[in-house]
Amino acid sequence: MSSPTGPALDSTLGSPLQAGGLGVRYDRRSVIDDLDVVVPAGSFTVIIGPNACGKSTLLRALAGLLPAASGAVLLDGRDITSYSARDTARRLGLLPQGAVSPEGITVAELVARGRYAHQRLLRQWSAADEAAVTDALRVTNVADLATRPVDELSGGQRQRVWIAMVLAQQTPLILLDEPTTYLDIAHQIEVLNLLHDLNGHGRTIVAVLHDLNQAARYASNIIAMHDGRIVATGPPRTTITTDLVAEVFGLANVVISDPLTGTPLVVPTDTRRPHPVASGG
Amino acid sequence: MTDRAVTDRAVTDRAVAAGTGRPLDVGRRRVVVGIRGLTVVIGLRSALVGAAFFVATLGFVLLALTLGDFPLTPAEVVGVVTGQVHGLSSTVVLEWRLPRALAAVLFGAALAVAGGIFQTVTRNPLASPDIIGLANGSFTGMLVALLALGGSWPLLTAGSLIGGLLAAVLIYLLAYRGGLHGFRFIVVGIGISAMLASVNTWMLLRAELETALFASAWGAGTLNSVTAATAVPAGLCVVLLLALLPLVTPGIRQLDLGDDVASATGVAVGRARLAAITLAVCLVSVVTAVAGPIAFVALAAPQITRRLTRSPGIPLVTTGVVGGALLLGSDLIAQHVIPLTVPVGVVTVVLGGSYLVWLLIHESRRRA
Repeated sequence: MSSPTGPALDSTLGSPLQAGGLGVRYDRRSVIDDLDVVVPAGSFTVIIGPNACGKSTLLRALAGLLPAASGAVLLDGRDITSYSARDTARRLGLLPQGAVSPEGITVAELVARGRYAHQRLLRQWSAADEAAVTDALRVTNVADLATRPVDELSGGQRQRVWIAMVLAQQTPLILLDEPTTYLDIAHQIEVLNLLHDLNGHGRTIVAVLHDLNQAARYASNIIAMHDGRIVATGPPRTTITTDLVAEVFGLANVVISDPLTGTPLVVPTDTRRPHPVASGG
Repeated sequence: MTDRAVTDRAVTDRAVAAGTGRPLDVGRRRVVVGIRGLTVVIGLRSALVGAAFFVATLGFVLLALTLGDFPLTPAEVVGVVTGQVHGLSSTVVLEWRLPRALAAVLFGAALAVAGGIFQTVTRNPLASPDIIGLANGSFTGMLVALLALGGSWPLLTAGSLIGGLLAAVLIYLLAYRGGLHGFRFIVVGIGISAMLASVNTWMLLRAELETALFASAWGAGTLNSVTAATAVPAGLCVVLLLALLPLVTPGIRQLDLGDDVASATGVAVGRARLAAITLAVCLVSVVTAVAGPIAFVALAAPQITRRLTRSPGIPLVTTGVVGGALLLGSDLIAQHVIPLTVPVGVVTVVLGGSYLVWLLIHESRRRA
């Protein structure tokens, strides 16, 4: 990760997930083009950037959900398209944005759906399935909700249940598309702490996040995107700078050191126009 | 546990260490049936609903074998079936009534399962083969065979098979845009259905009166012309196709979670969907080729089943059992309750139509 230009595809880097020359098109319109990405093994990589800059597209392409129009994605050193869907799902889990649960499904049933790639036509439920689901429910702190219908849960609980489903998949690599969107601040922190713990237990995490300060605090590796390009990669301290935020988000800002963690803290410059002085006072 | 991978054991050990030795409660009673690592999960409620409808089906079959212009007692029917009674009773039961009753059960199951597949794959309770134009496509094929090519039974069957399949391919091609989207599929299907319906009407208007009457009766969906000669091959096809069901079920069940999650959890979404739709189209085409487009069983049976089982998805096996009971029950009404012999399709339209009205009212109330 020391090369600022982004390395060419190299399966000896030990990265579980990387892309070289990656381009993706929707209806012939290029959304991302010629991207080189390396997700370091064991990292908590966070993709940041303004709306519609191609963050989700990159994440979905890295997960193999979108076909590459050019270049390739390497999963564990091999082209991701060379794996079967099932094999990919045993290596890489993805929580897409706004996942919808079937009406009436219970928490444990939903989490158990994460076991699909480990099941067979005539092995629909094994001790390993049971253990993985139980484990995922416990780690995400939703074991008490196991028998409840997902529809009845709060947003924060529901998000933890979805993460539990991805965990039950037992993949060393987990991708999440805006896992904190629509959650209140306390639940956002709760989800991020959960991801931090999972990362601490050896899982490589790649997440798209909107909040720069949360990204700066939790990420070990930042990918900053703008207009379908990657403009910076590396640890938050070196990537999240006043210049970068100004360039990427077009936001006048000052970056200070977070008083609690020492990570970068982006403070928007006060650009408010003064109120016109009312005639009546 | 000795035959499992090391990682599996490690996970289990961790779960046991965490004090979770007792089996997982998923909030729904279910049974894991299996030996030597081969396991199948059965929802208790789905199984009970299926069993209840199976018993009802057996009762309906017995009724179907006793009722008619040549009434028989249940004892006589049992005697015939066990081979103790011969003669006219035997002919009536085994050659006239039994093929029709079994055809009703199998055809009902086939239509219901096909409807369940369409509704699961499109995630839309309105998706059913009769609404998206397969039935009208089959009818078009049958009319072409009848009017242009003379129309022996094999020719009519082939015509309706080809018509249904062509309609399906046409809808698929028109609705496909970098993947198949449920709503688009249905809207395109409804459009194709309407166009084919007008073609069918035009062909009927140009036909000789007698031919048109015959074709119209078939077009309403009827078991009146079902004989052992047509029921046996069609029934065998249905059984074979239904035997393929377990191959597509796990994948399309996962589609309930949305394409992205299904794909991320290991489903080859495009292939799973195409395989499931192909199976459903074949099921519908086989039935339609013999009995005409019987409406509403495919639409109503999956939704009735889902509500009775309170299952998050559509349990396809139970749906099949419900569909069989539904069609045979409707055929009994068509034959014996209504004073004149009407095509069973008329009864299913009335039953299914009432159900659809109820569904729409129910859904709109819930949204309000």
